Amino acid sequence: MNHVSEIKNSMTDTVMDALGDVKDPEIASVSILDLGMIHEVEVTDGNVKVSVLPTFSGCPALHIIERDIKKALETVEGIESAEVNFVFTPSWTTDRITPEGRERLKEFGISPPPANHVMGEPWEIDCPYCGSTYVTMENIFGPTACRSILYCKSCKNPFEAMKPVADMG
Amino acid sequence: MTQETLKPQEKAALIELLYQMGDDDFILSFRGSEWLGLAPHIEEDVAFSSISQDMMGHANLYYRLLEDLGEGEADRIAHLRTPDQFRNAIILEEVNGPGTYLKEPDYDWAFAVVRNYFYAVHKQIRLDSLRHSSYEPLAEAARKIMTEQYYHLMHWEVWFKQLMTSTDEAIERMNAAIEKVWKDFGGVLTLVPSYAEIVKANLIDDEAVMKKRWTNKMEAVFKEVGAEYPGEPRMERGNGRNGVHTDDLKQALSTLSEVYATNPATGW
Repeated sequence: MNHVSEIKNSMTDTVMDALGDVKDPEIASVSILDLGMIHEVEVTDGNVKVSVLPTFSGCPALHIIERDIKKALETVEGIESAEVNFVFTPSWTTDRITPEGRERLKEFGISPPPANHVMGEPWEIDCPYCGSTYVTMENIFGPTACRSILYCKSCKNPFEAMKPVADMG
Repeated sequence: MTQETLKPQEKAALIELLYQMGDDDFILSFRGSEWLGLAPHIEEDVAFSSISQDMMGHANLYYRLLEDLGEGEADRIAHLRTPDQFRNAIILEEVNGPGTYLKEPDYDWAFAVVRNYFYAVHKQIRLDSLRHSSYEPLAEAARKIMTEQYYHLMHWEVWFKQLMTSTDEAIERMNAAIEKVWKDFGGVLTLVPSYAEIVKANLIDDEAVMKKRWTNKMEAVFKEVGAEYPGEPRMERGNGRNGVHTDDLKQALSTLSEVYATNPATGW
């Protein structure tokens, strides 16, 4: 479940709308809100502070995300400056991805991770194209740290799946 | 504890520990990245580079914590220190094999599997302990790293077990790699020279306890694959935690930092 724990004033709704327009640089259909990367938003006068949970710690897209957030927020009327902080508590986990986010991942050809995964347990993946469960894992590591590569034996399409990440703390 | 509540002695011990762990991940990540395009098959190429990228992210997390403690910018910590200022274990800096990735790389896959697997097992033990570290930002970083380390450990464990129960040639090569890694792996398992202060500050569990966890796990794995346990891991070429290193580290750092060192002021 995606949540933003602090809502300070009425500006926040406008700010959240703007954040909804910031897309994952590598998955064009999904916003950082969909991915559950936004932890806190604090608006004071014309300043907004956003704390963001990085998906994977070595993700090279973080600088781009930071830039895009600033760009999106600084065009909002009434916002003069935006500050982005990456924080690790709570840990980003894949159950933070919203139901809309899951749908949009599928549109992009990426099978979403199970909603409530327990690490170590088997992970059921359906083909995002035809819905078949007759799939094989080609590589648990994919083109980005958060994805895996699979092959659907029903519709013969290769596809990707987002790896489940659960808090093990 | 937080940055504000650390006593001077605890802070010094914490800084030492962060350098040890950051440098371990940093240098092994670099050695991993040199395999790009050379791994045994294309899926492994993707997996290994993904793992190396994660590990560089982990080094960055530790360097960021050092930055917060006044040690200077993370980029400078990574790129502008001299080899004797690095605190990584010697076995992690060792070249992948003769040649370079640009010219006649005769890299040893068995060595890569053994070194990475043994390290991943230790890293897991280290993170399990760090989750309860008295320094809260470190505990938070550890919980983040664990979500990624889970996949790394699984990956190397599969390779290790598969090759150890494969053809005679595979087993022979793996045994040679184990012998090579064992001679210096003791260096990974130590917290010396700041051992006493690190443990006293409750930053991480006692070195002896963590070493025992590692050897217990190794003994079980060796038994499972039907191999003879090699006994006590050694530290034949000295202790990297004391700043003792080989020319391999010098070579790695000059390659890694070539661009940054040319002009640290330039954005890149």
